[in-house]
Amino acid sequence: MNMGSFTQQFLQQIINGLSLGSIYSLIALGYTMIYGIIKLINFAHGDIYMLGAFIGFVATTKFQMSFLPALILAMVGAGLAGIIIERIAYRPMRNAPRIAVLITAIGVSFFLEYTMILIATPQPRTFPAVFSPTVYHFAGLVVNNQQILILVSALLLMAGLTYIVNHTKAGQAMRAVSFDPDAARLMGINIDRIISMTFALGSALAAAAGVLVGIYYNSIDPLMGTMPGLKAFIAAVVGGIGILPGAMMGGLIMGLVEAMVSGFFSSTFRDAAAFAILIIILLYKPSGLLGKNVKEKV
Amino acid sequence: MLQVKNLDVFYGAIHAVKDISLEVGDGEIVTLIGSNGAGKSTTLHTISGLIKPKNGKIIYDGTDITETSAHKIVEMGLVQVPEGRHAFSNMSVLENLDLGAYTRKDKDGIEKDKEDVFKKFPRLYERRNQIAGTLSGGEQQMLVMGRALMSKPKLLLLDEPSMGLAPLLVKEIFNIIKEINDQGTTILLVEQNANMALSIADKAYVLETGRVVLNGTAAELAASEAVQKAYLGG
Repeated sequence: MNMGSFTQQFLQQIINGLSLGSIYSLIALGYTMIYGIIKLINFAHGDIYMLGAFIGFVATTKFQMSFLPALILAMVGAGLAGIIIERIAYRPMRNAPRIAVLITAIGVSFFLEYTMILIATPQPRTFPAVFSPTVYHFAGLVVNNQQILILVSALLLMAGLTYIVNHTKAGQAMRAVSFDPDAARLMGINIDRIISMTFALGSALAAAAGVLVGIYYNSIDPLMGTMPGLKAFIAAVVGGIGILPGAMMGGLIMGLVEAMVSGFFSSTFRDAAAFAILIIILLYKPSGLLGKNVKEKV
Repeated sequence: MLQVKNLDVFYGAIHAVKDISLEVGDGEIVTLIGSNGAGKSTTLHTISGLIKPKNGKIIYDGTDITETSAHKIVEMGLVQVPEGRHAFSNMSVLENLDLGAYTRKDKDGIEKDKEDVFKKFPRLYERRNQIAGTLSGGEQQMLVMGRALMSKPKLLLLDEPSMGLAPLLVKEIFNIIKEINDQGTTILLVEQNANMALSIADKAYVLETGRVVLNGTAAELAASEAVQKAYLGG
C-alpha cells in the first residue's frame, strides 16, 4: 500500500466511522441520560432501538410513509414505549437495590426481544429503500447519500437535545433531578414527570437510530438491538456515563475505531476492538474521558 | 399556619421521630433545637413531603398535607431551605435562582424577586454567573436561601443555616432570617446553634432522641436551667 492510497483509505474510513459512530452516539445518549437521572443502566435500551426500527418499517411498508413522517412516528412510538416501561417496570423499583433494578432491565430487554419475535417472527425483514442510493465520488473517496442522511439527522437530533437540556425549563429540571433529586423536589419539581420525559427523549433518539440503521443496512430483525446496544453502552462509559457530550464523543470514537479496524485489519476484529476499548477505559480512566473522579457520597 | 400532630417517622428500622407535635403560628419564628441525631432534620423532611410518616398528621393552612407529594407542597407556599451543600453546584447562581422559581410563571414578578434576592445578598449578585460549586460555604448558604425565596414562600423551613459557617457570617445569616420574617414570611428554623436560634425566635421546641422534651417561648427556654446546661454551655 503506497502512501497515497493509505491516506485515501484512512479518510474513507473516517467517513464510514463518522456515520456509524453517530448512530452509536444517538443510542449512547439515551443510556447516559437515563443513568444520569435514576442511576440505572437500562439494558433494554438496545431493544427500544430495535422497536424504533420496526415502527419505522411498518410506517414505510404498510402506510407508505416517506422518511420524515416515518422517523417522527418511530420516535413518538418508542418514546411512549419508554414512558410505559419506566412506569410499569422501573418506577415500582425506585427504592430497591440497584442490582434488582438492573436485573429488571435485563428482563425487560428479553421481554421486548421475544415479544417482537412472537409478533414479527425471527426472520430478518428488508427495510425499504426510502431513498434511492446515490453514490458521490470526490478525490477518490466514496460517500453515499445515506451516510450523509445519517450524519445530518444525528447531528440535528443531538443539537436539538443539547438545546432542550441546556436552554429550556424542563431541561434545567432534568439537570437538577440528575444532580440532587431531593433538592429538586424542594424546588417544586415533579420528579416522576421529569423521569418520564427523560425516558421519552432517550427512547426517541434510540428509535431514530433504529430507523437510520434500517435505511442504511436495509435489514432489521428482533435481535438487532443487542450488539449496537452493548456498543452504545461502551460508548457512554468511554465518554463518562451521565455526561451528554461524553456520550456523543464516545459514540464517534467507537464508530471510528470500528471503521479503522475493519478497513485496515479485518471486520471480524471490530467487535473485539469495541470491547478492548471498554477494558482499557475501565483500567485507566474508569470515570470516562470527560468524567471527573468523584467519590460516592455517603 | 402549621400544625404537626403526633408524628412518627421511621428511617428503615430506626424510629427517628417519636410522637412529635408542634405548632407554628402565622408570622412567627419557631425553632427546633437539639443535638445531632435528635430528629430535627427528619421532622423538616417529613413536613416537606420528602419522607412519609408512619403515623401522625401535618396540617398546613387548614389543609391536611400528610399524603401530599413534595412538589405540590412547594406550590402551596411551604418551602424548605436545605443545608447549604444542597445548592445545585454544577449550575450557575442565576440558574439556581431560576430553579427556585420553577413553580411560577409570572416572568415580571420573577425578575423583580430576583432583584430583591440580590438586594438581600449582594454577594450573590457579584457572583451571579459563577458556578455554585465554586462559592464559599457562606455564599452557598445564601444561595439556597435566595433560591427558596424565589418561590414566594408563605412558610419557610430552614435546615441548620449556621452549619459550618464562621461566627460573623452566622450573625449575618440570622439577621437576614429576621428580615425575611419581618417582611411577612413565617419561619420554622432547625438549629444546633441554640443561642442564635433562641435569640430571634418567638417559640422553641427542644428535641432529644426523636422526642420533644421541652417547649415554650424562646425567652423562657433561654432562661431555663436545663436548656442552658445542655445547649447553651451555661
